[in-house]
Amino acid sequence: MKMTTTSHEVESAKQRNHMGLARLPGLVSRVRELGLLAVLFFIILVVSVQAPRFLSIDNFVQILLSVAIIAIVAVGETLVVLTRNVDLSVGSMVGITAFVTAYFFQQIPNTNILVGILLGCVLGLALGSINGLIVSLGRVPAIVATLGTLYVYRGLLFVIGSNTTTQVNASDVPPGYLALATTQILGIPALILIAAVIAIIAAYFLHASKSGRQLYAVGSNPAAADMIGIRRNRLVFAAFAASGLLAGLAGVLWGARFATVGATAATGLELQVIAAVVVGGVNIFGGSGTILGAVLGAIVLGTLQNALNILNISQFWLQASYGAAIIGAVVLDAIITRWVQRTILARRKKV
Amino acid sequence: MAKPADPIIELRGIAKQFGGVQALRGVDIRLFPGEVQALVGENGAGKSTLVKILAGIHKPDAGVMKMGGELVELRSPTQAQALGIAVVYQEPMLFPDLNIAENIFMGRHPRDRFGRVNWKRMYREVDQLLESLDVALSSRTPVQGLSVAEQQMVEIAKALSLQARVLVLDEPTAALSSHEVEELFAIVKQLRERGVAILFVSHRLEEVFRIADRVTVFRDGTHIITAPISEINTEEMIKHMVGRELSRLFPKGEAEIGEVALEVRHLTRAGVFADVNFQLRRGEILGFAGLVGAGRTEVARVLFGIDRAEGGEIWLKGKKVRIRSPQEAMDYGIAYVPEDRHLQGLVMNFSIATNITLPILQKVSRLGLVDPRKEQKIAAEHSRQLSIRSTGVEQLVNALSGGNQQKVVLSKWLATNPSVLILDEPTRGIDVGAKAEVHRIISDLAARGLAIILISSELPEVLAMADQVLVLHEGRVTGAFARSEATQERVMFAATGQDR
Repeated sequence: MKMTTTSHEVESAKQRNHMGLARLPGLVSRVRELGLLAVLFFIILVVSVQAPRFLSIDNFVQILLSVAIIAIVAVGETLVVLTRNVDLSVGSMVGITAFVTAYFFQQIPNTNILVGILLGCVLGLALGSINGLIVSLGRVPAIVATLGTLYVYRGLLFVIGSNTTTQVNASDVPPGYLALATTQILGIPALILIAAVIAIIAAYFLHASKSGRQLYAVGSNPAAADMIGIRRNRLVFAAFAASGLLAGLAGVLWGARFATVGATAATGLELQVIAAVVVGGVNIFGGSGTILGAVLGAIVLGTLQNALNILNISQFWLQASYGAAIIGAVVLDAIITRWVQRTILARRKKV
Repeated sequence: MAKPADPIIELRGIAKQFGGVQALRGVDIRLFPGEVQALVGENGAGKSTLVKILAGIHKPDAGVMKMGGELVELRSPTQAQALGIAVVYQEPMLFPDLNIAENIFMGRHPRDRFGRVNWKRMYREVDQLLESLDVALSSRTPVQGLSVAEQQMVEIAKALSLQARVLVLDEPTAALSSHEVEELFAIVKQLRERGVAILFVSHRLEEVFRIADRVTVFRDGTHIITAPISEINTEEMIKHMVGRELSRLFPKGEAEIGEVALEVRHLTRAGVFADVNFQLRRGEILGFAGLVGAGRTEVARVLFGIDRAEGGEIWLKGKKVRIRSPQEAMDYGIAYVPEDRHLQGLVMNFSIATNITLPILQKVSRLGLVDPRKEQKIAAEHSRQLSIRSTGVEQLVNALSGGNQQKVVLSKWLATNPSVLILDEPTRGIDVGAKAEVHRIISDLAARGLAIILISSELPEVLAMADQVLVLHEGRVTGAFARSEATQERVMFAATGQDR
């Protein structure tokens, strides 16, 4: 029996329903980013009234510079978190690649800068691949596996440091390397541009590639992903490898930016990165979130930090407000999700 | 009915064994294009196993499968899909964070010539698909927040986009409202017209009569009959479904029936069960019969204080009580042995002794610390009573057989010295010999004056053990029988919601 009796009115009612429902989720998926922007403007507004010097181009460039490296690492972390995993070792990976790259330039100052960059990236990729293997093949929960490698990689760095030099100083490396962080293209620091390009590439990959979409599937419902033949292990491995690669690149840039690199470089960076990702609305249980969100999360936290510094607020408060921002973001996330579900349900009942 | 000559899919002699249980013993089934074939049978008849074999989740131990006359072997769910077999489960397997379009096309997104996901085309195609099914949903709607019925529609749309020729619906109506069932049936009829072969697995016989062209009955893992729906009636269908034999059954022995231990009046939990009444005396066994999902376990959970009833009364030994937590239930002398030993009953990597004394820690403790000697003594006592076969009470329970694990669970609850014992599927998944022993133990416990509620999906077990049988169907009591009145047919009639 075919539904041939459907009247015109029903058809058009359905049509309206189509339209209404089509617009709503699209808007909602952007709400989190909009919310972050609102938070950002709110901070800027409040702080610039208190301290006008906050509102200068120079200060904003400073904020973006301080955020750039975290943002690059946060892009990689987002890929991992989307698959319902987490990478706690990114700080150690940044530290080790920063040190090794700087030490490489100290030892062989005349090499092409690109060789050093490549070295850092390959090292990061290798370390990330180890994480990926432990999690995907070894079936060790990511939080345990990368907590382990956090210490292993940091320990490795101390070993390297004790066998070579405790610290590489700015005067030891070729100026070409340091220029990575200071060069400007069209008046914009290269560091910021690099971060922006990476974010755009990753965002495009997640939106438009088959593997990118499958990352979401894996995190959203692993069992369902298995049922349709998605190679879950491979994707999880790839996400960790990519996280390592980006941490490696971030390490190279870290060395160039701070010029002085010791064995404790980038300690604790993983917490800032994960904070940015979570504040940026990437679901810590996988399956949803965007690169734009993660980058905005990093910028919000960076701006917050800068504002608190300018307002001369003590380090203690800085930590506390950091924490508050993270909790606030997660609570907001839960509220929005519930609101979406209720709104959609309510709309449907009306029709 | 003019039947097309060739079946789309043909299964012959399919057998499958899990552990010691033979789930399917060489069944044959053929599905023709444009037919809805219903598959019915009691719990444990082998329906789900067959569905999982068709889905490529389980591999049969024996038998052949042919599609379009050619031999095929299903090694994985993806391969089953590629061959055109789609399965819609009672609880659909979707990605909640993604929208309908992506759920349908995940893993095979339409792409442009640069290999990029072609979102526009995907949305357009899915919208067309949903429209052709008369489903008023947009392709961009996130799956999170969809009702079960709508999620099933998404699964069916996915099956269509996969060009599925065989659609298996596994208890699809169990979670649907009557209006949603109508919508589902309209789509099923539409698919039948398109020439899809549909296997409709259901407990609801009235739905089978409404939608199916033919019906196949399984019992105990064997194929009993396949008949055109016009040539069979409810009585015959039920006769084919029942009649399972349970070898070495241990019927309940003599027990002195004492005063009323537990009485339930009009017990109701909204949307789960309603107006449940019974009286249970000491020394008596009350059997709860019914199909999976009928609400039997749910009643037990309320009696044990895990869930709350909204209406009705519970009386214990002549006093009206309110049970608000399992702790209170235990204080009132109620013990509940849940169905899943692994998830709810036992801590697998603890010893027998630790498991047995878990609910009575105060009794074996001194100054807040567990006294190991006391623990051992009590555990050894219980272990002896139920003759648990082990190297000693210090043995870890995960090293025991299923039957012995079940005895540990029983001991654990008997240690609380209950007056009312609720047993939920106590013999599921244990071998025949151990079953008989569990039956003997239950019988002994009744003889000792315990009042026992026995929830079981195995009709012969209920009939052999119970003094009275209460039958539930979709949350309502559809039959109450004394031992002498209870027959397999009568109970099954009530369990499938038939009026007689």
